[in-house]
Amino acid sequence: MAITRAEVLKIADLARLHFSEEELVAFTVQFQRILDYVEQLKKVDVTGIEPTSHVSLTEDFEKHIFREDETRPSLPVEESLANAPDPGAGHFRVPKVL
Amino acid sequence: MDLRDAHSIRDAVNSGKISAREAAEAALRRIEEVDGDLGGFLIIDSTRVLERADRVDRLLRERALPLAGVPIAVKDNICTRNLRTTCGSKILENYIPPYSATAIERLETAGAIVIGKSNCDEFAMGSSTENSAFKVTRNPYDRERVSGGSSGGSTVAVAAGMTPLALGSETGGSVRQPASFCNVVGLKPTYGRISRYGLVAYASSLDCISPIANNPRDIALLLTHIAGRDERDSTSAPELVPDYLADLEKPVRGMRLGIPKEFFGEGLDPEVKSMIETGIRNAGSLGCELIEVSLPHTEYAIADYYIIATAEASSNLARYDGVRYGYRVSAPEDLLDMYKRTRSEGFGDEVKRRIMIGTYALSSGYYEAYYGRAMRVRTLIKRDYDQAFEKVDALLSPVSPTPAFKIGEKISDPLSMYLSDVYTVTANLAGIPALSVPCGFTQGGLPVGLQMLANQFQESTLLRLAESYIREFPVTDPYRTVK
Repeated sequence: MAITRAEVLKIADLARLHFSEEELVAFTVQFQRILDYVEQLKKVDVTGIEPTSHVSLTEDFEKHIFREDETRPSLPVEESLANAPDPGAGHFRVPKVL
Repeated sequence: MDLRDAHSIRDAVNSGKISAREAAEAALRRIEEVDGDLGGFLIIDSTRVLERADRVDRLLRERALPLAGVPIAVKDNICTRNLRTTCGSKILENYIPPYSATAIERLETAGAIVIGKSNCDEFAMGSSTENSAFKVTRNPYDRERVSGGSSGGSTVAVAAGMTPLALGSETGGSVRQPASFCNVVGLKPTYGRISRYGLVAYASSLDCISPIANNPRDIALLLTHIAGRDERDSTSAPELVPDYLADLEKPVRGMRLGIPKEFFGEGLDPEVKSMIETGIRNAGSLGCELIEVSLPHTEYAIADYYIIATAEASSNLARYDGVRYGYRVSAPEDLLDMYKRTRSEGFGDEVKRRIMIGTYALSSGYYEAYYGRAMRVRTLIKRDYDQAFEKVDALLSPVSPTPAFKIGEKISDPLSMYLSDVYTVTANLAGIPALSVPCGFTQGGLPVGLQMLANQFQESTLLRLAESYIREFPVTDPYRTVK
């Protein structure tokens, strides 16, 4: 299946990425090659086969994944903001949205 | 001091022959000596290292510790509290985690000393450590060649005698392949065996913290202290952690070893093939039965892996938006412009490529055709292994179709780089443990590893097979003194 420039631009927008014109050309070629390669998955008969998302799930796993919903200590505000590019007044500042 | 054996350092520190500080200083000196042109480490904070070592020395007055004073290298995608963690990416260049990964907490409690953060492909995406935003890690056996990847820095730290232990991570072969390229032992454990808490997420259904050492005994020691259930990772396994070291002494005689015929086809370098065949015969001579088996869906593994891994990556890496941590572009026009330019300037090419493929595979109208189908094919790959392990206790195969390739050789052709993972990714998809153990050197002087794979939670089987193999057929390292 051939990927169009418009599709690549749409995917880039969804992924919140920007490409220069030059990058876009090179990228579309690589994208196409990779898509052609993964196309072979379509040859596999998967009728009636369930998908696997957690591969080492054991039978009594559910017993272990739930706990009481108790309040626990979490990171203090200063530590949570320590890596922020633009912290302010105990918050993360971003460009104006409205 | 021999920085190649964790047990001997641990014993020397516990018995007071040397202090943890002396062990840490020896590792720092060795790094100073050899890492300049190898490029294994990204971040070393020697003040922190020595403070930690002194703390261990104080604790040792009260009691012995299982990893007392053992220096360890940590891949830079594993969070270390108050120690920069970049994932080899510009987008996290100045990120200082406010917490440590569970594996780090556990090994520090056991007395190990984190010496530094090691280089890797950006966000662990790559097979050569050339995708790091900061530097290339070179192969200690040939500096014109790659170390392998993505855990190249951790592997080289162990291979060049800078630290006896290292933590890497695997999503698709990222510890076994560099271990094979650099003549060390690398184990990818069962999915969920080691907590992923604090391992920066790439593809969550595949990611595993994975230990590296010079011998299976040291892997067993490290694994014992970091494995096990962690309530901060809901996918970590509740299975009890066995005594891996005691299990090493159990006999391997009578073990049934499967040879998957699909792992010996087209693309396998003839010299590597012949070395692996010798390795297999040697393993058989330990009193094991060799049985040919079939893993018929192997040919789809790379395609399957790249759909699953990129889809999960596109979702996991959405968090790098310039808001809460990491790089943010200067003077953005608006919020959308901030997101797009932050991500485009912060991520390298391979990361962008994978985010794009993954976004495509998950996008409206394509989800079932790509991700949905890939997860079903994954079930079939897992079933192939289930059936094989009804007949055999472990499988033997090559790790990589070739020895270490030249720096720059594959970087402009992403697909050829992906294809070099053909023998490793099925273990990640099936969630089974697998390791690379040194098998020998090519005529050209490059190491080759033998892969051993076992059923889920059978790390003990793998480690004792590797230990027996290495005892009986040790690999003489022709360059040990110079590297």
